[in-house]
Amino acid sequence: MSYIIEGKTGSWEIVVGLEVHAQIISHSKLFSGASTKFGGEPNSQVSLVDAAFPGMLPVINRECVAQAVRTGLGLNARINLQSRFDRKNYFYADLPQGYQISQFEHPIVGEGSIEIELAGGETRQIGITRLHMEQDAGKLLHDQDPTRSFVDLNRSGVALMEIVSEPDIRAPEEAGAYLRKLRQILRYLGTCDGNMDEGSMRADVNVSVRKAGEPFRTRCEIKNVNSIRFVMQAIEIEAARQVEIWENGGEVDQETRLFDPGRGETRTMRSKEDAHDYRYFPDPDLLPLVIEQEWVDGLKAALPELPDAKRARFQQQYGVPFYDAGVLVAEQSVADFFETVAKGRDGKLAVTWVTGELFSALNRTGRTIENSPVSADALGKMLDLIADGTINGKIAKDVFEDMVETGESPDAIVEKKGLKQVTDTGVIDAAVDAIMAKHADKVAEYRSGKDKLFGFFVGQVMKETKGKANPALVNDALKAKLDA
Amino acid sequence: MSLDLATTRRIAKLARIGLADAELETVRQKLDGILGWVDQLSEVDVEGVPPMVGTEMEALRQREDVVTDGNCQQAVLSCAPETSGPFYTVPKVVE
Repeated sequence: MSYIIEGKTGSWEIVVGLEVHAQIISHSKLFSGASTKFGGEPNSQVSLVDAAFPGMLPVINRECVAQAVRTGLGLNARINLQSRFDRKNYFYADLPQGYQISQFEHPIVGEGSIEIELAGGETRQIGITRLHMEQDAGKLLHDQDPTRSFVDLNRSGVALMEIVSEPDIRAPEEAGAYLRKLRQILRYLGTCDGNMDEGSMRADVNVSVRKAGEPFRTRCEIKNVNSIRFVMQAIEIEAARQVEIWENGGEVDQETRLFDPGRGETRTMRSKEDAHDYRYFPDPDLLPLVIEQEWVDGLKAALPELPDAKRARFQQQYGVPFYDAGVLVAEQSVADFFETVAKGRDGKLAVTWVTGELFSALNRTGRTIENSPVSADALGKMLDLIADGTINGKIAKDVFEDMVETGESPDAIVEKKGLKQVTDTGVIDAAVDAIMAKHADKVAEYRSGKDKLFGFFVGQVMKETKGKANPALVNDALKAKLDA
Repeated sequence: MSLDLATTRRIAKLARIGLADAELETVRQKLDGILGWVDQLSEVDVEGVPPMVGTEMEALRQREDVVTDGNCQQAVLSCAPETSGPFYTVPKVVE
């Protein structure tokens, strides 16, 4: 996949790296015992530590450390058994301490990588530079009063992971694929819910452009983009802006910019002159964080199966094609649903039904897999009815529709509506005879070489038996009688 | 090592401390003195010596992930110069 901007002076490629802030799933905050629940009464989930009262000391939450380590393991990254916290100093009304506790020089997780999949099934490795833990800031409300901003510190001190990629991304689509894959891994691991619209995952996007074979040029950072679609748009727009500057003899300034989706532009947020000087230094309140290899091994052993591994297993164990396996593992709930249906049954049949009839039923009824009108067990039972010859594939579709509407079990529906497949060869033979008698002309045509009419006879016999005849037996009976 | 006036002004700005021009030289001299004093440490050869981070414990104490704190809105807001309902309020900041 290559994304090229054709300029007046030649072709440009784009260079993108992403910094993703992912809120860690935990009950309490990174350094205090206050709750992390979303949507509480303002300033009710704030301890005196979070509000930065003098003399209050931070104590780290072991589970947040475990979550960061799990994420690192899920990104095939190096886990640093010793890491450290630093203070990042700046003044803002949402930051009561006047500094954010973060990991600057010694992050808990080092280099790793993510495999992304692009259109057409092509895959690429995107490098992970590091993952570190830090505190989230509070929330400002600007629309409550004409001259004041309101401050809610409930989010202040909630644990974040900042996940930094290498500048390996070369197209807006790759950035989208990277974010989707990262979110999928975080959700499988249960370390972040990945909800970008609630702000629990947000991205800073570093963009530069260059001509083929050149070293990197100056980059700009676009802050706090809150949807995958906007990330892709922001890259496109920012790259085009930079190409225009270079081609007109200008220089791109290294600066922080904002993306305005309404106007379809990025604009300066902070110029280099007011660039933050964070004056990082080791937080004297916190000793180095030391974890044991044994503890890391224990976390690793307890990790859930991740999407790539699950996909490979679905291909191998159930004979699911590569593409379909990708669809199934996109969400863990879908993968679990599929596996309940497929276990001990025909995997290929299971995937056809899940990605075919079930998905279209979900679409049609506006439901998700979690509240599917047909449970995985019920769908499995229906496949059993196909497998043991109780119903044929065509009748199964009607049974399934009935299940969607009534929520009844497949056995009950088959029983109630008398949909049991006809395997009585006497009944089938009689139907075949009746059809042949009714279409004597077609029989003659067939016998004089018009083979294609065979399908017509099958259709007629199925119609005669209200679709319930076993198609294989119908085929046999017709062949025997027509060719006689 | 000598601190110049421009750097002094910048440090004051980063710390959000307003300094009149008349004060600047005095502050520069004092800061310069402090830095010079601390800078004596660089005379010690610490090649190959790992940084010492504490004397008693070597590693960070950790706590379990349970909610044990918070729910003290009044206490949290009690020292604020300005509040409105359950919020702190500050002069409007919009970037």
